[in-house]
Amino acid sequence: MARAFADEVRELAEQYPESRSAVMPALRIAQERHGGWLPPEAFQEVADALDLTPGYCKGVATFYDMFHLEPVGRRLVEVCTNICCGLRGAQDVLAAFESELGVAPGETTDDGAFTLRAVECIGGCDRPTVVAIDDRHRFNVSAADVPQIVQELRDE
Amino acid sequence: MSDVIVLAGADEHDLTKLAEYRAVGGYEQLDRVRGLPPSAVIDELNTANLRGRGGAFFPAGRKMQFIPSKEQIPKPHYVCVNADESEPGTFKDREIMNRVPHRLIEGSLIAAHSIESQHVFIYIRGEYLDPFEALRAALEEVREADLLGGVTVVLHRGAGAYICGEESGLLESLEGRRGQARSRPPFPAVSGLYASPTLINNVETIATIPKILELGGAEYAEIGAPPDSTGTRLFCVSGNVVKGGNYELPMGISMREVIYDLAGGIPDGRPLKAVIPGGSSMPILTADQIDVPLDHDSLRALDTFLGAAAVIVIDERACMVQLGLRVAQFYMHESCGKCTPCREGTRWMVQLLEAIEAGNATHSQLDLLLDVCDRILGKCLCPLGDAAALPVASYVVKFRDEFRAHVDQGGCPFGGESSLEGLFAPVDQHTHHPVVEEGVPA
Repeated sequence: MARAFADEVRELAEQYPESRSAVMPALRIAQERHGGWLPPEAFQEVADALDLTPGYCKGVATFYDMFHLEPVGRRLVEVCTNICCGLRGAQDVLAAFESELGVAPGETTDDGAFTLRAVECIGGCDRPTVVAIDDRHRFNVSAADVPQIVQELRDE
Repeated sequence: MSDVIVLAGADEHDLTKLAEYRAVGGYEQLDRVRGLPPSAVIDELNTANLRGRGGAFFPAGRKMQFIPSKEQIPKPHYVCVNADESEPGTFKDREIMNRVPHRLIEGSLIAAHSIESQHVFIYIRGEYLDPFEALRAALEEVREADLLGGVTVVLHRGAGAYICGEESGLLESLEGRRGQARSRPPFPAVSGLYASPTLINNVETIATIPKILELGGAEYAEIGAPPDSTGTRLFCVSGNVVKGGNYELPMGISMREVIYDLAGGIPDGRPLKAVIPGGSSMPILTADQIDVPLDHDSLRALDTFLGAAAVIVIDERACMVQLGLRVAQFYMHESCGKCTPCREGTRWMVQLLEAIEAGNATHSQLDLLLDVCDRILGKCLCPLGDAAALPVASYVVKFRDEFRAHVDQGGCPFGGESSLEGLFAPVDQHTHHPVVEEGVPA
C-alpha cells in the first residue's frame, strides 16, 4: 500500500522538472487515502516519496485551506459565505445546515458523518448560495432545501 | 459580425468535444501559426491590442515580447495559464473551462509557440473540480489526436489559496511551496518558474488568442471600445439581480445596460445602492455612476477598474460597514503573511471595521481606517494588500454618512435588517495570522 502510494507519487513527479512540485498533488492523494485528512504519518509518506522532510510537507499543507489537519466527517459540507452569496442569504443556508446537522461551522457531527464548514468564494456567484459537498458544487441552494439535502446524504 | 469571441459556438455546439471544436475551425489557427515565426503571433496580438483579462490589463503581446530568446537565456521557457480564479464575484474562467476547454488548450499551445516553449502548466484552483475534469478530458483528446506537437501540458490543481492567483504566488505554489508572493524584480518573464523565463496569462486572455488569429488583429481591434479596450469581456454578473450569469459583451457597454437590460434589474424593483465593477478588490460605484461605459479608461476616470469584470450588484438593504468588514475579513484570511503592510494592515482594518459595526468606534477611527488603507496601498510585495485597501477605502469615502451613523448611533443603523447581517467569515480556519488571546492588546 505504502509502496503503491510512493510509486503513484513518483510517477506524478515525473511531469515536473523538479519533483518537489508534486507535493500538492501528493498531499491530495494522501488525504484521500487517510479518510479526508492528513495525519502525521501522511506527511512522512509524502516526504519519503518525494525526498522531502515531513515538516516541509506539513508546512506546505498548513498554507492551503483544502488540506485538513484534523479528522473530518465522511461527508464534507462547505457553504460559501462570501459577499455574493451573502447578499442572497448564505447566512440562512449555513444556519439551516447548523440546525439540521447539530454542529457549528468547523465542527464534525458526533457520529463522524458530516463536517460543516463555512468557506470563502468558490466561484458560483451567479447561482447563490453555493454549497460544496465533497468538492461537488450545488447551486441555488436555499435554506428550505437543506433538510432534503441532508436527508439525501444520510440515505446514500 | 457576432461579438461573441471566447464563447463563440458554445451555444450551438458541444465544444467540449474535439470533433465539434474542429468542425467550427478549432485548432486551425494553431496549425497555421506553427508554420510561421513566433513574432507573427505577437504582432497580431499587438495589432488586436489584447490586454490581460485577469485584472491587470497589461498588453498580452508585449508580455510575450518581454520573454528573452533562447539564446539570451538558454533554459527551458514556460507558459503558465492562471486558472486559479478566486476573486469573489468571478466565475468566468470556470465557464470557459467547462464549455470551451479546447479553445483554452489551443490558445495555450499558440502561446507556447509564440515564446518557443515546450512546457505549459495550467494552474487550476482546487475548488474547481468540474472544470478540471472538463479540461482533463479535452487534453486527453488532444493527446490522442497528436496535436500537442511535442509540448507537454500539465494540469496542476491548487488547494484553496486566493494568493495563488497572483502570479508569483502561483509560481511558488507550482514549485511545491507555500504560495507566498515573491519580491520583484526579477520578473517572471526573465526568472519565473524554476528561475526560467515564464509567460503567465489568465484563462480568458489565452482563450481569446485563437479567435484573434482567426479574425485578424485589425478586425478584433474594432470590437469594443478601441483603442485601449478592444474586444469582449465575460462580465460575471452577481448579487442582487434577477438573472445573474456570464455575459460576453464588447467592452464599452454601459453598466446600466448590463444590470437592467441584460441581467433583468434588481428583484422586486428595489433601488440600487452600489455596484462593484470588477470583483471584490475594486473600488465601488454609487447608483448615480452606472451610466459609465465598461471600459478601462471610463472606469479609471471614476477611480476604479474593470478588474476581472465581475459586476456585483448591491441593493439598498446592504450595510456598507458590513460589506467592508466581510471584504476585509476575506483579504485578511487570504493574506500570505509575508509582507507586513498586508499581513498587519488587513487585520487592523478588520478590527476597526468590527468596532465601527459594533458601535464602539469614534469618528477619528474612520480617518484611522482610511489611514491604514493608505499605508497598505502600493507598499506590498503583491497586489493583495491593495485588493483589501482600495475597495474598503472607497466604501468609507462614498458612504461616509453611513459609517458616521454607526458611530453616532452606537451601532448599525440597519438594526439587524441588513442583507449582509450575520455573514459568517471563516477566518478562524487556516488563517495565516496568529490567534490573539483575549485581553492581549492588538
